[in-house]
This record gives sequence, structure tokens and C-alpha cells, in this order.
Amino acid sequence: MASRELKDHFREQRIFFQRAIWAALGVIALSLALFARYYYLQISQHEVYKTLSDRNRMQLQSITPTRGLIYDRNGVLLADNQPTFSLTLVKERIKDLDATIGELQDLLEITEDDVESFRKRMGQRRRPYESVTLKSRLTEEEIARIAVNRHRLAGVEVEAELIRYYPLSDTLAHVLGYVGRISERELKQVDPANYSGTQYYGKLGVERHYESLLHGSVGYQTVETDARGRVLRVLDRVAPTPGADISLYLDVNLQRAAIEALDGRRGAVVAIEPSTGGILALVSTPSFDPNLFVTGIDSATYKALQDSPDIPLFNRALRGQYPPGSTIKPFLGLAGLDTEIINVNSRVWDPGWYQLKNDDRKYRDWKRSGHGWVDLNASIEQSCDVFFYDMAFRMGVDNMYAYMAKFGFGEQLVYDIDEAQDGILPSREWKRAARRLPWFPGDSLNMGIGQGFMLSTPMQLATATAVLANRGKWVRPRLIKTINESEVTDIESPPDVTLKQEWYWNYVIKAMEGVMHGRHGTARSSGKDASYKMAGKTGTAQVIGIKQNAVYDAEAIAERHRDHALFVGFAPVDNPKIAVAVLVENGGGGSGAAAPVARKMFDAHLVGPELEPGQMQAASP
Amino acid sequence: MKSSDFVRQLPGGEAHFSRPRTLASILHIDVPLFTLLLILVLGGLFVLYSGSEKSMSDVARQGIHFAVASTLMLILARFDPQVFRRWAPWVFFLGLAGLVAVLAVGSDAKGAQRWLKIPGVGVRVQPSEFMKLAVPMMVAWYLSDRILPPSFKHIIGALIIIFVPAALIAKQPDLGTAILIAASGVFVLLFAGLGLRWILGCLAGVAALAPAMWFFVMHDYQKQRVLTFLDPESDPLRTGWNIIQSKTAIGSGGFGGKGWLEGTQSHLDFLPESHTDFIIAVLAEEFGYIGVACILTLYMMIIGRGLYIAANGQDTFSRLLAGSLIMTFFVYVFVNMGMVSGILPVVGVPLPLVSYGGTSVLTLMASFGILMSIHTHKKMLSR
Repeated sequence: MASRELKDHFREQRIFFQRAIWAALGVIALSLALFARYYYLQISQHEVYKTLSDRNRMQLQSITPTRGLIYDRNGVLLADNQPTFSLTLVKERIKDLDATIGELQDLLEITEDDVESFRKRMGQRRRPYESVTLKSRLTEEEIARIAVNRHRLAGVEVEAELIRYYPLSDTLAHVLGYVGRISERELKQVDPANYSGTQYYGKLGVERHYESLLHGSVGYQTVETDARGRVLRVLDRVAPTPGADISLYLDVNLQRAAIEALDGRRGAVVAIEPSTGGILALVSTPSFDPNLFVTGIDSATYKALQDSPDIPLFNRALRGQYPPGSTIKPFLGLAGLDTEIINVNSRVWDPGWYQLKNDDRKYRDWKRSGHGWVDLNASIEQSCDVFFYDMAFRMGVDNMYAYMAKFGFGEQLVYDIDEAQDGILPSREWKRAARRLPWFPGDSLNMGIGQGFMLSTPMQLATATAVLANRGKWVRPRLIKTINESEVTDIESPPDVTLKQEWYWNYVIKAMEGVMHGRHGTARSSGKDASYKMAGKTGTAQVIGIKQNAVYDAEAIAERHRDHALFVGFAPVDNPKIAVAVLVENGGGGSGAAAPVARKMFDAHLVGPELEPGQMQAASP
Repeated sequence: MKSSDFVRQLPGGEAHFSRPRTLASILHIDVPLFTLLLILVLGGLFVLYSGSEKSMSDVARQGIHFAVASTLMLILARFDPQVFRRWAPWVFFLGLAGLVAVLAVGSDAKGAQRWLKIPGVGVRVQPSEFMKLAVPMMVAWYLSDRILPPSFKHIIGALIIIFVPAALIAKQPDLGTAILIAASGVFVLLFAGLGLRWILGCLAGVAALAPAMWFFVMHDYQKQRVLTFLDPESDPLRTGWNIIQSKTAIGSGGFGGKGWLEGTQSHLDFLPESHTDFIIAVLAEEFGYIGVACILTLYMMIIGRGLYIAANGQDTFSRLLAGSLIMTFFVYVFVNMGMVSGILPVVGVPLPLVSYGGTSVLTLMASFGILMSIHTHKKMLSR
């Protein structure tokens, strides 16, 4: 080591000594700066800070911003703020918290639920002198009782508060979601200062997704208080910025029409405006009253909702994953044409079943006797399975996967809903990963009629139908229309679906028109006597069994083994204004149960009040 | 200095027998340093009792922290400094691996990844804390073999040793610790004789880099802290709250203070983190300027003793390491007392050996163990 030999220990030590002296001087200089700083604060400015500290009565209070309102496309108010009075406690001014709560319990009806959640919120981070709600929505009488006893209830206040109110109750619960008491976990996710006075937080749906927009930003005021803590005067005030008002593409009338058409059955309807991607209706039945959740739902009511066999809390439109059945035939037909596996002259003999070479198994058509010779047009119109078995076999899973993916299957694409599910679009890789098995030709056959592994949500079906109605032009489904009255634009969509021949679109759409208006169309009874042309496709999905843990009577069990009814469609054919997907759980066939719902939606949207003036007028607020 | 060279050449044993074997020499304790630390720790526990709202359990837990940390200090003091030198690269690369692992799989505490769970044992370690010792050790190891003052090549080498871990820690993100660690490495370079031109150049570089940091590196909350520091009243609900309240606590303490347990700011919950980073405000409120002056003097005496130990270090490695450790200790003091009193931005640095918390106590006491080792093994080297 040459360097070692050349080391000059004496020089090194001298340098170190120099540096150590510089370091000592630096320490002394900076310490003197600290001495000076504390001298300044504690001696020179002592009086100023003494006054500030003595009067701990100078308090900084946060002012909660008002939550933004939510409207539908026609300006109907969907989410409002209602002034209510709440009973609040300030810990700092209460000598014995338990005694005070006990006293209040003698005066008013305060449940154990109330006390428990109060204690929970008390444990959360809070500012000194910040009040915590014990009971919301006081009645006039309760307010009076508190007022009479006020002299002996130090630290107890009745505070006015704006509470979220959903005037349309269960009509929109699954779209709007609701706000509820902010939880400790949610508090950690937000800017704690901005939420310092806020008690509510969007839990689901629009309220959740647009939480930051609807919330606004906090304001504050410096107030002077007396020894008891009552505010004497406001010294300084910075106003809060209220949350933004938003309006949605939703049409309350259409939403109501869908609920009415479902007529108490379990199901889902999604309607999309193809030109914008705006969601016109998003229905999942049965529903629930979101107002129950705002100030805290009591455990019995919640248990009843959760244990109901109809699972009203479950959002079928976004989270229900069902085999799409024959509703995917138009999309597969386009794939067949575009890959040139088939052409418009291709015909298949349908004896009522289909068989693969070297395979004994018979793949049945829904029509036992078969459809005879069929081409693509007839196979869509009459929903022939054998044609699609044959095509799916020859096309293979890779092609089917590629084309279905282009229409958004297997992916959550809604712009502004967080809880929607992905569905399953099977592929070779998917099956290997999920089932540890290779892809069999029989799997392709099942996929060809929308059965087997494939699962999709009503939202996905509606989205794909809107893209089809647009002849391939993608619009990403979304709820938001305007924020503070300015249009929301620039929403990125997936790439458009392009086909080798533009006329393939019209061919398939023509076949779907046949479903509604053709002589053999599966939904012809729903299409008749319309003043406009519509396109559709029915579907029936075998029930694989949804999770159920309650005991049912025999009739109910039988009912729940019935097939799900499905329908997708749009209207008018030439200039689509609405695309819908309908699902009726255990509804039986798509033509009988689902297509009529869609027809009512089309009528409500396209013909509207003229059809049933009295009824629709009554329905609008 | 010359005399120490002679000492080294004395025949073995003589130096050893020249002093009686006291308890301190058996334990390898440096009595002045140990006494000063003891006063600081005991005084700190009194303030902690008040700052934690008379929580005896917090004080007891902190006492346990000190007991464990003192044990570590005594263990480290027993080792010959040459052992630290031999271990330095191993310790450094182990810590570096830990930092990489933290970024890859670290568990989330308060939104930042700083901890590493050791599977099976259930113990969480914080590699960044470990690096507070490992980085100065590594830089001292690297430079002690070279000709000093270091050449351009070796300065670059040392800077790489410093900035790789510092950058990994800044990414966690833990800017406070990253700064402390970078400082500890830079102190080694300064003690090694880094030229004046380099020092000025680096300062200019930092000044030039600051705008880039602002736009590309700093998180929003960090920017907010700087903005709040510049104008605390602009944001009275957020970080400004802490500064306003702590300044009020300090200022209202006056010359003599409000008396122990009499601080209204801290006891009415106005002062946040009154038992951790902002504990000096409790001390200032309750013991006044006298209290602040006492603790600051105590710190200066500890630092003075540390610099004395460094200056008397037997070899280059010991001197560089000791100097860096004690100066880093001063940075703790200065940054904490500066931020609480509003002359520095809030960066989350505890007041050494007074703020509640086990990790920093462990690291600091470990560094004092190394200092004691350097001081008490001096004479024995010559054997």
C-alpha cells in the first residue's frame, strides 16, 4: 500500500486540530444564535406571548364547508343538505364526562349506540375545545329540554348542523352512495386540517368518488371566549370554500321508469347515452334508503338489510357478475366477420345439437328441434346456439378474447365509479392461472354462447352495447356532466373498435333489429307497435348459484334456480339515443322478462311524457 | 500531539500501570462524559413527565429505553476502536441492504416506509437509524487509509458513500434523517481536511440544487412545511399551528418559567407532540430562559467533551469518527431547538436524549459508547 507509506501523521493531526477548533467555534456561534433566539422569545417578546397564552380563550375554530349538491341532468336535486340540530359536548369544559352523559340520558333518549360512537369519536384526534356530537337530529322538544337545563350542563351545546339528505330515498342509493360518519381510517387518508371540522365522508358511489370535490375546503375563525368557553366575539375569519355542486347525466324519470319496470324483482338496469357515454340510469333492485346511513344506522336495521335474502345492499348493476349468455352474440358475430372465419353467406345446419369430432358430448341448442339452415343474421335474430358453437370452435379463444376485450369486457372502465367489478373475460392465460388447466375446445364452445367461465356486469354489457350502437366509437361511461355548471370534458376513452369492413356494423345491427322487429325475432313482442326502430339481443344465463346462507321455502328455492334473464339493446337504430342492459335475476328467459323492461326504458326516453302524460308528470318532482 | 507519538512508542505496560484501575477504567467509561449524560437524561425524564401529561408509564418506558441504550453503550465502549474499523464496511453494506429492502417490502407506518419486519422474530428494525452510525464509520474507514487531505478521487468516493444511503432514506421519505446522515458523512470529510474551495463549492451546489429539489424531489407536504416556516400565520390550522403554539409556549415561559407541571400551553393540549419533537417548548414554558440556558450549556459541555475526545483520538479513523459523531449530535440539538423556536423548518428531529422515543436514544447512546471506546482504549493500544 503505497499510500500508507506516504501518510504524514503529523500533518493529518494538525489538520484535524484545525478543523476541530473550527468545529468548536461553529458550535459556539450557532449555540449563541439559539441563546439569542430564546432570549428574544422569552425575554424580549415575553409580554406578547404571555398575553396569548394567558388568554387561552383566544381560540382557533375551524368552519366546516358546506357540501356540494348533486343534481340530475334536468336539475332535479338528488342530494341536499338539511339543517338539523345536534347535541354536542366539549370535553375541556366538562368536569365529569360520564356523569354528564348520564344526566343527558335522563333528559333525552340516548341509545347505547349513540354513546358508543360518541366515545369512539372522542378517542380520535381532535383539537382542544372541539365539540363532538352525541346525538343528531334533535326534535323541538329535545332542544327545549336542553335549554331548560342548560345552567347545570356546562360544556353541553345544541349546535346547528347541515346534514346530507337524499330526497329521492332508495331510487338512487346505488348510484349516489351516501355519506356517513368519517372513520379513523378515512381520517388518515385525508388532509386532517381540511377535515378538522368535518364529520361526514362519502362512503360509496358518487359521494365517494367526488368526495374531495364535494367537500370543499375548510375555513377558520379566531374567537374570544369567556371563562366558560362561550364565544364572545369573532376576531378574525377566513370563510370556507363550499364544495362544488355537480350534476350527473342521470335522468330521474328514466331511473324511476326502470325501477317501475322491474316491478319488485331483483335485477339491474344500466342505460347509457351513446353519444356522450353519460349514464342515464343505473338501477339495482331492491334498494335501500341511504338516509339511514348518514348519522349512523342502528344495528338492528343494518342487520336486517344485511341479512335480507334479496341482498338490497348489493349493487347488482356494478358488482353483480353474471354469465352474459346470448347477449354477446352480436359482438362475437362481428369478430367472426372481421376475422373472416365466417362471411355473410356462411350457413350452418342446426339439428338442435352440435358435436365436436372425437367427442361424444352433445352441445345442445336452446331449441330442441333445431333451427335448420341458418346464417349469421338468422342466428342473431333467433339466437341460434349451433351456429355460434361452430363459429367459436373455428375462431378459437384467442380471437374471441381479443375482440371481446376491445368492447371492454373483463375490465372496469367506468370513469367515475370506484366499486364496479371487472367481470371475467377468459383466455388461455386466465384459465391456466385460475384453474390450472389448459383451454379445451369445449371451453370455446361454451364461451361462444356466453356461458362457461365468462362473467360480466350489467354495466359492462351496457357499455359494450353503447360502443356497438356507435359503430365502434368508444365513449367511456360516466356519471358526471357538470361541475359548478361547467361541462366536464376530456375524459379519455379506450381506442375505438375498427373493423376491416365498415358495413359489418350495419349487418349485425340489422340482425339485432330483426330481434325486435323480425318475424322470428326473439324479442318481437317487445318491439311491436313502436314509433321508432330499435335493436336488441336477448340472453338467458344459467344460474351457477349465488351465495345464500339463509333457509328458504321450496318455492323460493325453485325460483332462485331459475335462469337469469338478460337483454341488451339500443334505439333508435339509425341515431342511437339510448343503449341499455337489463338483468332480471331468476327472471327466466331474456325475451319474456328483460326485453319488456328495455322497451319501457326506450319509450320513456324517446317518446317520454307523450306516451303516458299523466303518469310521467306525476312522477317528476 | 508529539507527546502522544512518544507515548505510542513507550514500551508496553508502562502506560497501563501508570493509572490505577478504577471502576470507570474497568467499565471503559469516560467519567466527565458519563456524568454530563446522566444529568441530561435525569433532567430530561422530569421534563418528559410534564410533557407527557404526567404519564408515569411513558417515563418508565423511556427509562427502559435508557437502560437498554446504556447497556449498549457500555458494550460498545468495551470494544477496541479497531474493531469498529474492521466492521465498518460490513455494517455499512448490511445497512444498505436493509434500506433497499425497506423500499422493496417495508411496512407502512404513518405513510412512509421506514421499518423492516424481520420475519419469524416479530422485531421491527429501522435501517435508516442504523445508518446514522454506519455512514460516518464507513466514510472514516474509507478515508483513514488514504493520504489526507483527501484527493479529488477520494472525495468523490466518500460522497458516493454518503449520498447513496442518504438518497435511499430521502425516498422513504424521511428528509430529516437523510439530512442528518448526509451531515454525519460530510463532517468526516470536513475533519479529514476537505479544502475550502470544496466547501464553498458544495454550498453553492446546494443553493443551485434547491430549486430543482423543490420542483422534482420534495413532496407536497414537505413544500408546505417550508412555506409554513416562512409564514406560519398563513396556515394556522396545519403545520403553522405547531409553530405558533410552540412559540407561545416558549415566549410565555419568560425568564423563570411557570414552574414544573404548571405549563398551560402543553397541559391544555394546545402544544402538539409535547413529549416528542416539541418537548423543548415544555421545558421553556415551565423552566423559562434559565432552563433553556441550562440545557443548552449542558449540551455544549457534552459536545466540548466529545471534541476533546476526538482531538485526542489515537489514529485517524478514531478521530474522524469521533468528530463526526459529536458534531452530528450538535446538529440534532441545533435543528430541534431551531425548528421548535421557529428559525428552522419543521423536519422531525428529536431533542437528543430528552424527546420521548426509543430509537434515537439507542443510536445516540451507541455513538457515545463509541466515543468512550475511542477515549478509554487509547493507552492500551500501545501494549
